[in-house]
Amino acid sequence: MGIQVEHPGLLSTVQDLGRTGLQHLGVPVNGAMDETSHRMANLLVGNAEDEATLEISLSGPRLHFQEDAVIAVCGANMAPMIDGEPLPMWRPVRVRAGVRLLFGRPQIGCRAYLAVAAGFDVPMVMGSRATAVRGAYGGFSGRALRKGDVLPLRSPEEAHTARWVGLLAHKQGRFAYPNWSVSRHKMPYRVVPQPLRILPGRHWQNFPVAMREQLVAAEYRVGNDSDRMGYRLSGPALDARRSHDVLSEGMVTGAVQVPPGGQPIILMADHQTTGGYPVIAVVIGVDLPVVAQLAPGDTLRFKLATQEESYAAAIAREQQLELVRQALAVRLR
Amino acid sequence: MAEAAANTPQLYAMGDRALVAEYGRALSVPINARVRAAAEHLLAHPLPGMTDVVPAFAALTVHFDPLLVAAHHRTADPVTAMRDALQHALAKAPDLPKRKARTVEIPVCYGGEYGEDLAVVAQRSGLSEEDVVQLHSGTEYYVYTLGFLPGFAYLGGLDRRLVTPRLESPRKRVPAGSVGIGGDQTGVYPFETPGGWNLIGRTPIVLFRFNEQAHAVIEPGDRVRFLAIGPRDFQALSNKR
Repeated sequence: MGIQVEHPGLLSTVQDLGRTGLQHLGVPVNGAMDETSHRMANLLVGNAEDEATLEISLSGPRLHFQEDAVIAVCGANMAPMIDGEPLPMWRPVRVRAGVRLLFGRPQIGCRAYLAVAAGFDVPMVMGSRATAVRGAYGGFSGRALRKGDVLPLRSPEEAHTARWVGLLAHKQGRFAYPNWSVSRHKMPYRVVPQPLRILPGRHWQNFPVAMREQLVAAEYRVGNDSDRMGYRLSGPALDARRSHDVLSEGMVTGAVQVPPGGQPIILMADHQTTGGYPVIAVVIGVDLPVVAQLAPGDTLRFKLATQEESYAAAIAREQQLELVRQALAVRLR
Repeated sequence: MAEAAANTPQLYAMGDRALVAEYGRALSVPINARVRAAAEHLLAHPLPGMTDVVPAFAALTVHFDPLLVAAHHRTADPVTAMRDALQHALAKAPDLPKRKARTVEIPVCYGGEYGEDLAVVAQRSGLSEEDVVQLHSGTEYYVYTLGFLPGFAYLGGLDRRLVTPRLESPRKRVPAGSVGIGGDQTGVYPFETPGGWNLIGRTPIVLFRFNEQAHAVIEPGDRVRFLAIGPRDFQALSNKR
């Protein structure tokens, strides 16, 4: 019993907040690309924020629920439909056994997150349920979902479900949802794109001033070969000749690396623990979900920020999540 | 290549969630030993908010959660707080790691279906396949760091004659246990993965084990020797694991 995969979509993987603490053994972090949507989806169904969700990229799956569940879909709007009716996002939804949840192509964004109350029943591997496609471990059998898979669900306690069912105002055939949702401005991507905020990278000083200025002046396009490991950008080349003699060292998600060709790469959740290209800049943590929601072909710009701005943005995000947590608690009372 | 390590490392911010402590800029065993000793010290005495410690060739990357660091130090400037805490901790780290390095023997079945590119490496070096095997297995390698894949060891010491450029287009699938040469590096793929190195052999040994816990057979600072074995031993060792 669980969720049967009738169509897997392009890349649907089980992810959580990642596998930390083992990078010294070469174990990459993995985890949800858009942490904000992942956490929000969990919050809305009453899960811990590090519970696993299903990350759905670019083209959506068709899922057949074999049991009742309380779910929430956050992140990219991939026009989710339940038995032919639009599924409202950014709120808890009670679905009955037998429904089919169908995702289309994203209208805005790139990745949607499906959380299920009590979580997916997949084993912890090295302290995490995140899928590591390279290495083939974690998540559901260490890989993206395939047709015919049954993704098992843990059973929520009855009391939990009862509290959640109390929230539901609208009934629509075999699913029900409340008449409120998380407000749209809390989405981690922007309809009008704003520049990604960056901090100077480890090798910032090795790049000539003109190159640093170019990085923030230019427009970059997200390449088709971008994936969960890295976003390959194309735009004016950055000359990194003088800084190429660097030894590999530990890398961070969001690092803007400059390989010899000069076209930057933003390292993302599946990046290797170490890397040997010079790092001109690092995208601030709060803006990583914005990167995650960019699709191949989208354009982006960078803007130099400060540590103070980065920290203020991190606090602001926590406050937004806290507001949702409190609003939910009030409604559940 | 016995360059000495800097007495106090240079600290660099890597954005808002990591710091890099650089002990030198050269590929050198003494510098690497300092990095390993520092990493060992931090792993044994974790700093508040620290999430990962990555000892590499000559630098150590310390990852942290800025919110946890800020909460612990009651500050709105977690990077500076972490930098101070790290500087303080690294000053107390010993110069040499406490962990006793080991010499790890890795049995390898060279050539044939186990190492399709052995002939390529031989041809480029102008040596016979037997000579390549002898050179590759006759060297003791030093493990600088783990990366690329869980349990993948970056080894120093490849004989210059065996340096072979990476494949023009990487293979979609390299079997787990494959031993390869890519440029001036050699190593063992712990998992099946795409890869661009020239494959010269394969080991039946599982290099990275995990379930709840993670264990790498080779660790930084260890020495590695490859031991040439035949297909029959390969099968016997495969069955035993």
